[in-house]
Amino acid sequence: MLTAILVMAGIAILLGAVLGYAALRYKVEGDPLVEKIDAILPQTQCGQCGFPGCKPYATAIAKGEVDINKCPPGGEEGVKKLAELLGVEIKPLDAEPKPKSVAYIDENTCIGCTLCIQACPVDAILGAAKQMHTIIASECTGCELCVAPCPVDCISMVPLREDLPHWKWKYPVFKLKQAA
Amino acid sequence: MRQLHQFPGGIHPEEHKAESSARPIHAPFIPNKLVIPLRQHIGHSAKPIVKVGDKVLKGQMIGQADGYVSAAVHASSSGVVTEIGFHPVAHPSGLSDLCITIETNGQDQWTDLQPVDWQNMDPAAVRGYVRDLGIAGLGGAVFPSSIKLDPKSQPVHTLILNGGECEPWITCDDRLMRERALEVLQGARIMQHLLNAQTVVAGIEDNKSEAIAAMQAAADQLGFAVEIVAIPAIYPGGGGKQITQTLTGLETPSGKLSTDVGVQVFNVGTAYSLARALMHGVPLISRIVTVTGHVLGAQNYETLIGTPMGELVTHAGDREGTSGLIMGGPMMGFDVKPEAPAVKATNCVLAKSAELFPPRPRELPCIRCTQCAIACPASLQPQDLYWFARAKNFGKAQEYNLFDCIECGCCSYVCPSHIPLVDYYRFAKSEIWAREKEKQAADIARERHEFRLFRQEREKKEKAERLAAKAQTKKAEAPTLGSDEQDAKKKMIEEALARAQAKKAAVAPKNTDNLTPEQQAEIAEIESRRAKIREMAKKTIEPEKHL
Repeated sequence: MLTAILVMAGIAILLGAVLGYAALRYKVEGDPLVEKIDAILPQTQCGQCGFPGCKPYATAIAKGEVDINKCPPGGEEGVKKLAELLGVEIKPLDAEPKPKSVAYIDENTCIGCTLCIQACPVDAILGAAKQMHTIIASECTGCELCVAPCPVDCISMVPLREDLPHWKWKYPVFKLKQAA
Repeated sequence: MRQLHQFPGGIHPEEHKAESSARPIHAPFIPNKLVIPLRQHIGHSAKPIVKVGDKVLKGQMIGQADGYVSAAVHASSSGVVTEIGFHPVAHPSGLSDLCITIETNGQDQWTDLQPVDWQNMDPAAVRGYVRDLGIAGLGGAVFPSSIKLDPKSQPVHTLILNGGECEPWITCDDRLMRERALEVLQGARIMQHLLNAQTVVAGIEDNKSEAIAAMQAAADQLGFAVEIVAIPAIYPGGGGKQITQTLTGLETPSGKLSTDVGVQVFNVGTAYSLARALMHGVPLISRIVTVTGHVLGAQNYETLIGTPMGELVTHAGDREGTSGLIMGGPMMGFDVKPEAPAVKATNCVLAKSAELFPPRPRELPCIRCTQCAIACPASLQPQDLYWFARAKNFGKAQEYNLFDCIECGCCSYVCPSHIPLVDYYRFAKSEIWAREKEKQAADIARERHEFRLFRQEREKKEKAERLAAKAQTKKAEAPTLGSDEQDAKKKMIEEALARAQAKKAAVAPKNTDNLTPEQQAEIAEIESRRAKIREMAKKTIEPEKHL
């Protein structure tokens, strides 16, 4: 009886020591789940989810504080992927996704106040105080964060035009003919 | 005799080659307006180097190669640049792209042409010329030849000259080999020189016996060691991977190119253009185009790049009931607008009619007969790919090697349910590419956002440090004042204090005049008491100091 207890206790101590060592030796810095969620999010940094950027939203999702359907730029596809990753039900988006756009500064109206530059989360606006500003279109995520701060309303969102390098084959559909 | 190998799958569609193969190549005609797209090859669009109003000569470079994967474009005839702008181009989307429009003057005046001494030149320099002379693969993919002629990553042991031309209706390579075999082989010799290939093999389908004979005769005349091999006419036997397997038995691994097995494949038209370019300095400004289908006189035309395809059809004889134009063959081609210009990729313009190309019957459900799997030359499972593409399950489609599909259309051809299978694969492929691009854009955005946060943090820290440093220097500055100066300051302060005290003392109380002796005695007493208290206060403080 006593031997058995001692053996079991010994094993428990040994395994505990191994686990304790492993926990220290293979400590994971940060939350890998946050990284995985962040990789799915579209990185527009637009704040439509109510968080100041994609990473904070990812962190909140990982903690289970917020729903997965708060990201309109990610679209239904994004919600689907998040649901798959987290093993939860797919929910419809709580806002309609807008067509992909980039910001455009009317350079005749711009007064060079730098407010939009300070608002841009990805540093996609070029300019300096009292100098004309312009958008680096290839870096713009279309977050619209620069539109509100502009005191002269010179920033507008221009939907992306379909051009040859961005054209996609459409889903094949059989065209129904109208009966005479 | 070379041992031939059979690639999997393949079909035997009706050939329809006799319509256009009997007549010789028609000399080029100069249209009033040439519309020359700047993106005629895979990779980066060329950069325009002319302005509206410029006079250009035939063969003059009008668009410069931009980046590594690019090729130059040239004026196909002399005239004046009237517009640089968006114009409908030969593309399945029917969208517009940047084009240079030249109004021709009919003189067809050449620019100075400089032959290239390719034999005694550094291969890299020769490739530079190939790029600047606008040479790109004329078999259909229009990949810039300068890159394909660079054997840097993988040694090439076999150069294959592709005279397969397996698509129905098309005969441009057939006619080219019959009439201009010598120059085709001269081009192959340049390719062999640049690639350092040991063997050169020309594969020609056995339904082109005259082309085979002409090529053999040219090879004998040149004394060029090239094997002219007749290969069985099976569609898509002219595909790069298929002809490689037929001629060498080497199978190209999934996701790789034929160069990865040491074989480089060039279309005969590309070889011809390369010979013209390097031996005579003639850039790629024309190509042979089969104009066939629902026309009066189907024929091959030497066509200036930029000629509207509708004009080609008009030249060959419009017929009533033409329902549209296809660029390329019926298997892999796509519908184009008549105003779209012929480009380097245009091997055939096919006029459609209801009899020749009846509308595709309605798509019926897949019955899993696996006819498509038997026909697939890439050994894929088209019925599964169809299922995944239809369900937009792109990850699974990729797992089933969607990207090994060469879009030859064999599966759609044999499908008893008339499912446009290739359309589904194209849709899935372009969706996957778009997603890949989006992912890359997101990664860049994430990086930029993180850098911005880091920069803001750094700026905050730097500001704090700056303020701290400023405070430090202020503190440090005080004792560093010269001691003399300090003493002088101290002295001044002391003097000022003393003066103030003296002044205070000098001021006599105003109510001490005309007092009685009693009052004076009282004051003296109070004063003495005060002095006593002061004395006491001093004494009581002193011991506290020592505590």
